Amino acid sequence: MEEILKVEGLSKTFTLSRKQQKIEHTAARRKTAVDNLSFDAYRGEIFGLLGPNGAGKTTTLRMLATLIRPDSGDAWLDGCSVVSDPETVRGKIGFLTSELKLEDFFTPNYLFDFFSRLHGVDEATCAQRKAAMFSRFGIDRFAEVKVANLSTGMKQKLSLVISLVHDPEVIIFDEPTNGLDVLTARTVTDYLQELRAEGKTIILSTHIFSLVERLCDRVGVIIDGRMIACGPLAEVCDGLSIEDRFFEMYKEVKGGEE
Amino acid sequence: MKKNNTWTIISKEFARFFGDRQLFFTTVIMPGLLIYVIYSLMGNGIQKMITEGQDETVCLTVQNMPQSMAPVLNAIDSSLVVVEQPFTDDDIAQLEDKEINAVLLRFPEGFDQLAIPEPGQPVPNVEIYYNSTNNASSRVYHTLSTMLGNYNRPFTVNMPQSEEQRFDQASEESIGAMIWSKMLPMLIIMMLFSGVMAIAPSSIAGEKERGTIATLLVTPMRRNELALGKIISLSGIALLSGISSFIGIALSLPKMVSGEGVDYADLGFHYTTADYFALLLVIFASVLIMASAVSILSALAKDVKNAGTMVTPFMLVVMLAGLLPMFQNGAAESLLVYFIPFYNSIEVMVAVFAHEMQWMPVIVTVASNAVYTGIAVWVLTRMFNSEKVMFSR
Ligand SMILES: Nc1ncnc2c1ncn2[C@@H]1O[C@H](COP(=O)(O)OP(=O)(O)OP(=O)(O)O)[C@@H](O)[C@H]1O
Ligand SMILES: [Mg+2]
Repeated sequence: MEEILKVEGLSKTFTLSRKQQKIEHTAARRKTAVDNLSFDAYRGEIFGLLGPNGAGKTTTLRMLATLIRPDSGDAWLDGCSVVSDPETVRGKIGFLTSELKLEDFFTPNYLFDFFSRLHGVDEATCAQRKAAMFSRFGIDRFAEVKVANLSTGMKQKLSLVISLVHDPEVIIFDEPTNGLDVLTARTVTDYLQELRAEGKTIILSTHIFSLVERLCDRVGVIIDGRMIACGPLAEVCDGLSIEDRFFEMYKEVKGGEE
Repeated sequence: MKKNNTWTIISKEFARFFGDRQLFFTTVIMPGLLIYVIYSLMGNGIQKMITEGQDETVCLTVQNMPQSMAPVLNAIDSSLVVVEQPFTDDDIAQLEDKEINAVLLRFPEGFDQLAIPEPGQPVPNVEIYYNSTNNASSRVYHTLSTMLGNYNRPFTVNMPQSEEQRFDQASEESIGAMIWSKMLPMLIIMMLFSGVMAIAPSSIAGEKERGTIATLLVTPMRRNELALGKIISLSGIALLSGISSFIGIALSLPKMVSGEGVDYADLGFHYTTADYFALLLVIFASVLIMASAVSILSALAKDVKNAGTMVTPFMLVVMLAGLLPMFQNGAAESLLVYFIPFYNSIEVMVAVFAHEMQWMPVIVTVASNAVYTGIAVWVLTRMFNSEKVMFSR
């Protein structure tokens, strides 16, 4: 198996604002969101980061996508460091979360071209990919409709398509089915499996056990910013369902504190 | 590749801007149109009130003419008719009629024998009554007061002896017109500012708020390319707004300086190509610095509303700076003043409108604003680079 992502000792601590201290019910000024996290992912697999709210999943994926810089540690994507070579890394990944939005004013057609240009995709390839992707997701009928006037499901499909304009080797997906209706969610998970079949690598985060069970080849369980277990799904589950196994681990970690 | 990304951003911003008719109207069409309408309306009034009586003979009535003064006063100007006779308060009141080209001059009795007064004794006062909105009257007043001020004698000129004593007999209404004309620079600045305010906050704070800027940040584009693209496109659009204001001014200025039947241009009372050029230059310079300043504040802001709140105090300060010319007599002389952003543009405009434009202040204004804009681009790049600014909660 060829290693495509290597994460080593990634850490990130945030300084909390007053407002956030209240929200989090803490007097601490600093919050370690990700604590010395290490894991690997291999080409052609779906790797799932499983963890409860506030575990540090989004923070981890944002560091991999080079949106924020780790305080310490590093990660290499296809050999490129997220710390020292962020532009190249961004060229190799497709990053998607529900927080990334598309400008309401523009049409799918315009946005696809615009992001292709930013990714340095040549015009012929762009046109070809656009035609294929738009028809795959049924966007072609709405290609000239402003994003503002698209249905929520269509917007999300468009976001997915836009994040993949450059046909990246690695797709990083934060909570892929969050906020999607069942139909769109199904379209997305089906597509992720299609991508895997094409040999792409998918790193996703989720707190939904069934999604892990259905999609992931390997899984990393993350609680309070730390990697509790990491390996092939069957190994991590150790004969139990992933849900039962997760609560076992959760008790082990939190037991001492409560 | 590098240049390309900046250009891709610029072309997207332009597509956004020109695709939005309402935005285009408020930013590009409205400033010029409003300035044209306001100036034309105001200009007609101002011109009527201020420029009548230009270059005609003035009757100078002198009371208690001292022997030593008679030859000096008679030699001032061939258009000055000197009459020696006493005058009353009624005569003074008549000066308010701006059609009358007259100045009344009253010397203290025994002016030639004036001795230095004992300390505590009142100093004798020379009184010159005139009307500042009658150009002829005003011109003679300035000549007289300069001349008398040069005398090394123990007297004062136009020192009010009581609260009510007024030497300038211009009516309140005419003075209002003058004040209005001094507010024009502020009006222009406000127009430009509102143009910038219509685009910059939504383009930067808005993209942050809506989460669309993060989508840009996950592309291989460098952040300084994004910052540069934003500043260039915002400045470009703001410049359009500036050009629009300029056209508005250029079309309406002639209305201010020429009236029915009289060609004031013949009297040297018109704006030259150099005046217009200087005006255009300072408009560009101020627009650049506004776009930069508002961009930085918008990048700091959480959302568009927050950006508005942050820009408001800043806008008030700029407005106050725009009001300063009303309390001044002509544009500032010290070159240092022209290093102060915003205020420098206002001062240059005051000078242009007063036919007193000089190149040094214009150059200092444009150059210092260009430097400030460069600094702003650098700061904005740093901000786009900062996760604290872009992704704080
Ligand atoms: N920019 C930030 N500033 C301050 N604190 C932050 C910031 N981003 C995340 N945090 C904190 O770090 C911790 C981990 O957050 P993160 O969003 O990574 O968790 P998550 O696993 O994605 O949770 P969720 O399931 O809620 O999305 C949380 O306590 C969060 O409040
Ligand atoms: Mg999250």
